[in-house]
Amino acid sequence: MTSPLANLADQTADLLATITGLASIEQLREAEPSITGKRSILSALQKSFGVLAPEDRREAGAQLQEARRVVEAALDARRRELSHLARAQSLREDGLDLGDVVVGDVRWPASVGHPSLVAITQRELEDVFVAMGFTVSEGPEVESDWYNFEALNIPPAHPARGLWDTFYVDLGEPETVVLRTHTSPTQIHLMEEGVANDSLPIHSVMPGRCYRRDTPDSRHLATFHQIEGLVVDRGITFADLAGVIETFTRAYFGPDIESRLRPGYFPFTEPSAEFEVTCTICRGEGCRTCSHTGWIELGGCGVLDPAVLAAVGIDGEEWSGFAFGFGIDRCAQMRHEIADMRALIENDTRFLEQFS
Amino acid sequence: MKISLSWLREFVDITESTEELRVILDDLGLVVEGVERVGEGLEDVVVARIDEIRAIEGADRVRLVVVDAGHGPLEIVCGAMNIDLGDHVPLAPVGAVLPGGFEIALRQMRGVTSNGMLCSARELGLGDDHHGLMLLDEVIDPVVGVNLLEALSITPDVVFEITVEGNRPDAWSVEGVARDLATRLGRPLTAPALAEPNGDELSASFASAGVDDPDLCGRLTVSVLRNVRVGPSPSWVRARVQGAGMRPISNVVDASNLVMLELGQPTHPYDAAHVAQRTLRARRARPGETIVTLDGVERKLAVAGRGLGDTGEDCVIVDGDDQVLGLAGIMGGASSEISDATTDVLLEAAYFDPMSIARSSKRHGLRSEASNRFERGVDPQLGLRAAARFVQILHESCPELEWLGSPLDVHGTTPTPPTIRLSAGDIERVLGVTIDGDEVASILRGLRFDVSLSDGDLTVTAPTARPDVRSGVAGRADVIEEIARLYGYRRLPRHVPTWPEPGGLSNRQKLRRHVRDVVVDLGAVECWTPTLGSDGDFDLLEPGVARVRITNPLAADESVLRATMITGLVRAWGKNLERGTGDVVLAELGNVFVHPGIASWPRTTKGGVGGSVTLSLPLESERLTVVLGRPGDDAASAVALWSTLAERLGLADVVVRTSETPARGFHPTRCAQLVDRASGAVLGSVGEVDAVLIEDVVASASTRRLGLLDVDFDALCDAGRATRRSEFAKVPSRFPSAAIDLAFVTPRSVHAQDLAHELRGASEFVERVALFDVYQGSALPDGTRSLAYNVRFSADDRTLSESDVASARSQLIARAESLGATLR
Repeated sequence: MTSPLANLADQTADLLATITGLASIEQLREAEPSITGKRSILSALQKSFGVLAPEDRREAGAQLQEARRVVEAALDARRRELSHLARAQSLREDGLDLGDVVVGDVRWPASVGHPSLVAITQRELEDVFVAMGFTVSEGPEVESDWYNFEALNIPPAHPARGLWDTFYVDLGEPETVVLRTHTSPTQIHLMEEGVANDSLPIHSVMPGRCYRRDTPDSRHLATFHQIEGLVVDRGITFADLAGVIETFTRAYFGPDIESRLRPGYFPFTEPSAEFEVTCTICRGEGCRTCSHTGWIELGGCGVLDPAVLAAVGIDGEEWSGFAFGFGIDRCAQMRHEIADMRALIENDTRFLEQFS
Repeated sequence: MKISLSWLREFVDITESTEELRVILDDLGLVVEGVERVGEGLEDVVVARIDEIRAIEGADRVRLVVVDAGHGPLEIVCGAMNIDLGDHVPLAPVGAVLPGGFEIALRQMRGVTSNGMLCSARELGLGDDHHGLMLLDEVIDPVVGVNLLEALSITPDVVFEITVEGNRPDAWSVEGVARDLATRLGRPLTAPALAEPNGDELSASFASAGVDDPDLCGRLTVSVLRNVRVGPSPSWVRARVQGAGMRPISNVVDASNLVMLELGQPTHPYDAAHVAQRTLRARRARPGETIVTLDGVERKLAVAGRGLGDTGEDCVIVDGDDQVLGLAGIMGGASSEISDATTDVLLEAAYFDPMSIARSSKRHGLRSEASNRFERGVDPQLGLRAAARFVQILHESCPELEWLGSPLDVHGTTPTPPTIRLSAGDIERVLGVTIDGDEVASILRGLRFDVSLSDGDLTVTAPTARPDVRSGVAGRADVIEEIARLYGYRRLPRHVPTWPEPGGLSNRQKLRRHVRDVVVDLGAVECWTPTLGSDGDFDLLEPGVARVRITNPLAADESVLRATMITGLVRAWGKNLERGTGDVVLAELGNVFVHPGIASWPRTTKGGVGGSVTLSLPLESERLTVVLGRPGDDAASAVALWSTLAERLGLADVVVRTSETPARGFHPTRCAQLVDRASGAVLGSVGEVDAVLIEDVVASASTRRLGLLDVDFDALCDAGRATRRSEFAKVPSRFPSAAIDLAFVTPRSVHAQDLAHELRGASEFVERVALFDVYQGSALPDGTRSLAYNVRFSADDRTLSESDVASARSQLIARAESLGATLR
């Protein structure tokens, strides 16, 4: 008696030829049951095993299994090929030569745009300082620990590094690359350039994006924006710093808002100060926002520490200066009484559309 | 740090009101974060005894309690269930005003009159317990009718929560704060009472001490205390410790804590019976050593840490058998802990190197009150004074206490206090004001600086308690800060400086504002999408590409710096679509990051300790990305947006050119590059968002097309790449111009804008060439389409004749033919 599998090789070849001949996904879907399904020759052969002696069944089963594997693989490959072709075809049909777009004919849906609150605030702050004679400078967001800390008089392992919850970047030796925790490293870049190009004095403000590894809440974001100011000139004193802060406060918040300084600590300035402004909610009367003090802490400032000048090679006998810094988002929050800072990063147009 | 007014008053005479004092402390840089009033409003509260408890008909939450407060039975309705007959509890009688302004009145409840209120500890501001009434029998031996404040020996007090800046370890104590106050107020500072050694024996005959590594342990003093009886502290000690937010434990531990709070010196008491050979030595931990600290954690010592420059140094205290007893200055071990059985105590009061404490504490993730102080710098001269104060306090509860003579005192290396020369001019140069020399001297002397004056110049030596004062020029700034601080920042003048250099924006900054304004004018809402994203999001557009990773992200999906803003904006659009506000154009101008390993020009900078290493940092590039999501938006509206933007930015000629390799995130057959004709630079891409990306990112399936523009802002800023129109303006001809329309059957390979460009250059008379129609249909040969241009001719000096126009027309047709286009 002939084995039911005597013609298996030819049958398999026929099936493969059929598969190659399938021209579309639809054809393939239609043909599939007759190639590998219940109505296929492979299934029929399987059923015919009843006539075989039990000891031959295993061998036959293996042969049929192998044939099925080859056929199924070919079918899958063809399926991929066809769907690829189909996608290519539909992409081709969907294709548009954008060089041929007649701009005057484009139907342009109408919509009203809105600038980002942070951008608006940053621009307003920049404008106040530009009017006072400052330039605007920028620096990178990924910095080395040297620029972010050490040049600012915060050596490795210094407890003051704990003041900044730092995101470390997986480059170089551990903890050598950081997402800048403040815009202060830009001060270092500026001063280095000033020395290298012999272009002192410096009067500049530095806005930019900063990062701190701090779980966001209604008053803090892990990504935020800061603006910092740096003056390096001859004969600059703490009085000049206090004067600049005062003028800025009135220019930005309004004539009835005052500023005051109180001692603080920053490794890169000495003397250092925190600066506070009249609470913009209660105008100094005392309310919950200002813990009934009438004042709101806005930022930090101080006279440049001699160690910082030394780190960038500026002669502290000839030059002196001051620096200050505060949050751009925080100013926006105060001005617009935004209950939760997180609204700034949610990109909900219902929020964004309020600003113009 | 919590500091009570009454404690401060032991050091300095304070007559100011609480509010005045708060302002003064703030102005000294000792920031008052909060003010708590203890015992306020308790003047009328008395001790009452519970004589009877009765149920009230119809009430199961309250009962009628009859108390005696010295004037016979009083009926009170009370909800507390933790009371029994005979208990003593606080009673606020009718008319009393409790902390927070709550006035007790006669009340009718369930038909019963309540003649006052029985109080919990929290209601009285005496604790956090609110589970029931305050049971006085647990804390005192109460007498009925006595005023509660008297019964509890509470003096109404004010507690200030003060934040001390990191550079002021000297102010991290009651005495330190009092010193600042005394100096500012010009009043004397009273020293606390100190004990004298009283033992017959010398310390050295009982114990020994040593410092093996003088760089880590600058000073080790060990006092021997005998006949110690461990028990509870006197109530005033407990009150002080509790008032500062610490838990009273035993007289020995409480005395140690009190001294730390009062003077700023952490001390560590050891049970001498459990210290081998009664010997304490300070040395470097050796690799392989371990210790189980008091918190029950076993810690491996001398293992290098991840921190920058952390070689794994630990300073430990060992006994006579060289066994580790504790992590010096951070936390002790369990083996030598004080217990009820302790009779002899070795009291360590030391100075440890701040940097090494900081590193150890960070590496072991172990912060304690002691380590916080040591890492900022404790006064190296304070140890024996602190021991004397400790003994003075402990003596009260252990009258037989013996402090052996000549306490052990081993010196290692401590910083030498700097001496700084300072002139009146120096002060003026920094502060902008002249401060009277006598006032300067008295300020500095108040802060224990050693001051000598000659010819108006000061020579100043910092006290050992001020490690923040450096030497040389930096030290001068430190001293001037102290002068300014005590003089009062508010008294310093203000002056607005001016300088001849003009302020202003750079060209890049002006261009950025311009781009923002135009994009917003064109209807875009400006977004702020996350800089930090997930690996999955990154892989959507950049599968397998090297990325800049954060070592310590807050969350796994915020661990990679973005390489594009497309994903973020499409996601933001999708969220708005879900909220029903998807008919918008979203734009963002921001930075994207390329790993230095694959960046075309990696940024190098200095880093590492001392800036001695050259590091490769990611390339940061600024881009403008716009997603157009209004109904009807598609690649064509993105092109229209771009061409308006390009026009407004004054770009000379940027070709929208289809490319074989679509940019990431773009629809493969509906996108084009923006190529500057003159420079050949690619300024960005325009088209539609890839449908696959929309499907991946937007939760609710959308079949909407999204227009997309992605522009390299750095390229826009670079005049060598983005060619600008000439700034010189041309005055149009005063003679009439002539217009003709030309339609060319043009091979697909010839770009419409390239053909327009050729036509423009074909005749000197061409004023303007504008594509106005594109026709494709079966009437045209395969692989072509018809491009129709409107062309205007003019000449500066005359009206063009018909023959001029005809010959120009021929020139244009000839030029078009040279590109394979034929007139239709």
